[in-house]
Amino acid sequence: MIRALHMRLLYSLALLPSALLLALAGSAVAVDVQDDEQFVPILIYRTGPFAAGGSGIMGGFEDYMSLLNERDGGLDGVKLVWEECETAYNTDRGIECYERLKNKGKYGAPVMHPLSTGITYALIERATRDKIPIVSLGYGRTDATDGTVFPYIFPLITNYWSQSTAKIRYIASREGGEDKLKGLKIVNLHLKHPYGIETIPILDVMAEKFGFEVTHLPVPWPGIDQKSLWLLIKRIKPDWVINRNWGVSCTVPLREAARIGFSREKILGVWWCGSEEDVVPAGKAAIGYISTNFHGVGRDFPVIQDILEHVYGKMMGNISSTRVGSVYYNRGIIFGIVTMEAMRLAHTKYGNRPIGGQEMQWALENLDITESRIEEIGATGLISPLKTSWRDHEGGGKVLIQQWNGTKWVRISDWIEPYADLVRDMIKKSAAKYAKDKGITPRTKPEEGI
Amino acid sequence: MIFRENGQYAATYAKDMRIFRLREDRVAVAVLLVVAFVVVPLVANDYWLSSIFTLFLIFSLAALGLNLLTGYCGQLSLGHAAFMAVGAYAAFNFAVRLETPVLFNFIGAGLVTAAAGFVFALPSLRIKGFYLAVTTLSAQFFIEWLFVSFSWFSAGSMMGAIDTPPMRILGWAVETPRDKYLLTLGVVTVLALLAKNLTRGEIGRSWMAIRDLDVAAEIMGVRLFPYKLLAFAVSSFYAGVAGALYAFCYLGSVEVTAFELALSFRLLGMVIIGGLGTIMGSFLGAGFIVLLPIFISITVAAFATRGLTDFLSNLELIVFGGLIIFFLIVEPYGLARLWHTTKEKLRLWPFPY
Amino acid sequence: MVDEFWFAMEVLISGLLQGFMYSLVAIGFVLIIKSSGVFNFAQGSMCLFAALGFVSFWEAGLNFWVALGLALVMMIVLAVVIERVVLRPLVARPPLILFMATIGLAFLLEGLAQALWGTQPHGLELGIPDSPLEGLPVDISQFELFAAAISLLLVLALVIFFHRTRVGRALRAVSDDHEAAMSVGISLQMMWGITWAIAGGVALVAGIMWGTRLGVQYSLTLIVLKALAVLILGGFNSITGAVVAGLIIGGSEKLVEVYLNIIFGIGGVESFFAYALAMFVLLFRPYGLFGDEIIDRV
Repeated sequence: MIRALHMRLLYSLALLPSALLLALAGSAVAVDVQDDEQFVPILIYRTGPFAAGGSGIMGGFEDYMSLLNERDGGLDGVKLVWEECETAYNTDRGIECYERLKNKGKYGAPVMHPLSTGITYALIERATRDKIPIVSLGYGRTDATDGTVFPYIFPLITNYWSQSTAKIRYIASREGGEDKLKGLKIVNLHLKHPYGIETIPILDVMAEKFGFEVTHLPVPWPGIDQKSLWLLIKRIKPDWVINRNWGVSCTVPLREAARIGFSREKILGVWWCGSEEDVVPAGKAAIGYISTNFHGVGRDFPVIQDILEHVYGKMMGNISSTRVGSVYYNRGIIFGIVTMEAMRLAHTKYGNRPIGGQEMQWALENLDITESRIEEIGATGLISPLKTSWRDHEGGGKVLIQQWNGTKWVRISDWIEPYADLVRDMIKKSAAKYAKDKGITPRTKPEEGI
Repeated sequence: MIFRENGQYAATYAKDMRIFRLREDRVAVAVLLVVAFVVVPLVANDYWLSSIFTLFLIFSLAALGLNLLTGYCGQLSLGHAAFMAVGAYAAFNFAVRLETPVLFNFIGAGLVTAAAGFVFALPSLRIKGFYLAVTTLSAQFFIEWLFVSFSWFSAGSMMGAIDTPPMRILGWAVETPRDKYLLTLGVVTVLALLAKNLTRGEIGRSWMAIRDLDVAAEIMGVRLFPYKLLAFAVSSFYAGVAGALYAFCYLGSVEVTAFELALSFRLLGMVIIGGLGTIMGSFLGAGFIVLLPIFISITVAAFATRGLTDFLSNLELIVFGGLIIFFLIVEPYGLARLWHTTKEKLRLWPFPY
Repeated sequence: MVDEFWFAMEVLISGLLQGFMYSLVAIGFVLIIKSSGVFNFAQGSMCLFAALGFVSFWEAGLNFWVALGLALVMMIVLAVVIERVVLRPLVARPPLILFMATIGLAFLLEGLAQALWGTQPHGLELGIPDSPLEGLPVDISQFELFAAAISLLLVLALVIFFHRTRVGRALRAVSDDHEAAMSVGISLQMMWGITWAIAGGVALVAGIMWGTRLGVQYSLTLIVLKALAVLILGGFNSITGAVVAGLIIGGSEKLVEVYLNIIFGIGGVESFFAYALAMFVLLFRPYGLFGDEIIDRV
């Protein structure tokens, strides 16, 4: 007995400090950033139910930076370096990653992409205090579009409410005009989850404006069993179903729809339900399914061809090459383009050197990615033009519609404008509530740079 | 013989009943408190204060609450993350609707959560063991559902999210990571001492009797129902305060998913790995479950090279799971027991026995 | 009115069929609790591990049955390793400690499965049409009937195994009283290895059936959530209980969800309804509908 105790102690006591030592050694040899290098933090999740999204998007982002390093020798001559931190899609791990990476490099982290709505929420206060912009591209907090209340939060390109209005515009175009919306039945199949319920108010507002009938059907988390909802849908007989889910709950509706014979072409997914990973598990049931997106799909863009040549050609790819051109991957390229364009803008004001958080905030508020600039990047059709201001942190990006043909996503629409005025009012109201709860006085003018 | 305990005689009952009877213990606790209250805030940077120490303290408090229930009273709960959510939302509502003082909000949050815990404890007299554990999952899912369904709880937020207002205690604006750390530390210290005392008294002893064998306890005159309900209420109180701290001192803006089921399991893990039925174990367990993955991740990040990253992220899970099993095998009674054994050894050192 | 009736019937039948799917997962838990008293939280991860292994073998070009056999062998090896490395050193520890160890095991298996076979979701088609049977007033999917048949077959096979074979009888002896079983020469380790292997096989079946629905991906581990409610409602150590409880929960929760939505417009109650129902029933039968009563003695 005594001996056994002895051994147990020995094991455990030896293990604990060695784990600590290993960790310390680890932190010592982690990516070393030189003073003249631009550091970019990467928050990523490669495990868990949403791993496909995390690894795909950040893989694309890293590849875009590799492209600039390999082809152009960095961004305006400044070499890009980055460090990954695994958040496991877990809020407190995300905060730890943020705190771990925020002071790297001479000027600190210029920007953070939290890649999870929960982490975005938890970083709002911290990032505003630390003056590090949070870019939540296509996710995160919709009312943060109001730059007067959220100076450091950027839900760039397009937020969920804009997207929802664009969906209705698309449905109108398919039905033959806005007046045809009257009397239409639309089901909003949404995850019973903060992310899922966010678009209920905007859909209600539009239902009233255009006279269609919207039924909100909540999918109980985690959404692996949606049978009762599809029985309800069968009963309601809607004209359209909006699929607002995430992860596996995006896939389940497709099979259920096939079973009750509901046309997949009338299921319109949110862009987080529009990747290869969402439809492949549904097999044939997914053919014809359409979803929104805010960027192009496939490999037929000069910038992606360049990546294949300069990055994968040198065996420098950050992800399995089969995923290049997939939806999540291309989304990562968009993350890269937007971030790098903002940095380029900051270079024009502060010189060609690494950029810090405050400088980046100025750049993100004055971003203007024009059609001709997009062509220079080699991303025509991949990304829509974008122009932000200190009030508008979204940039008025547009949405497109894509359809799954059984092997790949095919773009089937032009860029679609959201109903910006509708969204604007609601954002103002929601942001005002935030300002009141937090005791914040909204800005009345942009900050004077540094 | 690193230290000796002999020669310390308690001459009065009061002295005999002190929480820390031995001089060595008192010195150690005093040193620990000085380090925590003075040295750490002076030395540690934002990273350590806000993402390691504060989080560690908050989860220690939640684990402590669960330990009172599971470790002392022997009742399992898989709904404690949801109870933390109740605390967070209650504190938010006190702060926004009634604009009451910060500390009052925290206590109020605890009381509201205690009430919620009381309600979900009602089946505990009939249902026991793992059956009870699984029924407490209904608390977890119901509370999550409630906060997402009715925006009243988040004062009208469209996502059911709460944005915690700034805190001010008697003119002290709690803003920086250091302030928040100190506030958390203060609350945790007071509640931990309270818990320690609670477990030494009549209530704690009754709980332990119930834990060891409820039928026997009943025969000896311990009334099961009130004590089980009390254990749930007190435990939920701790969870509620921890939840409020989690929202106010750590997250800032919170949505319900921060209190998901996985957190309930993590809390249970902290209690079991730390040591059931020990106050100290709650802290050690929180350290294990909260900090170990971070250390593993930092270590693993150092070896990250192209093409290996996917594997390394999964390796984190493998190592973490493996370590849980390893520690349970070498010391099934938790890290607190390990500490106890170390002390025994040091007392006799260099002789084996 | 007639339509309303058939709609209600369809809700009920769909729910019952869904219930079989839950039972498939719950049976895995029951097997392990029965023989070794371990509440195996890693059952969901075992489903993932088994299904991911199977799909990877199949996609590598192997014949369906070969892939299935290979996956089964893999689960048996896994069971032996778990018994050696996790269970044997923890023998006679309190149930809570073993429960925690299976949580650790869950992390380990999830990491291992994803490290071996990647995190990309896989589609899985067994070739059974997922379309309604013709000529009936209600829509009943052929695939779901197939799934129900599989789970019934599985239960039948397990019952025969437990009651008609030597090993099965030994397993029952172990679950009744393992000290007595040891004294008549039954090897406890051997029996535990066998149960975990059978549970691994059940996990493979459950993983494949659910995998055809959800795709084979990490989210398969989430199927345990509903199965836990089925498990306590049926009673921890009754295979029949798991099936009956699955049917009760499947049927009632679909009816409740659908009609609450139609009548009151309240939705999403399915996330907690199963647990609330189980809790309510347990108030009257604290060991589930078919579970063995535990008699406390002082």
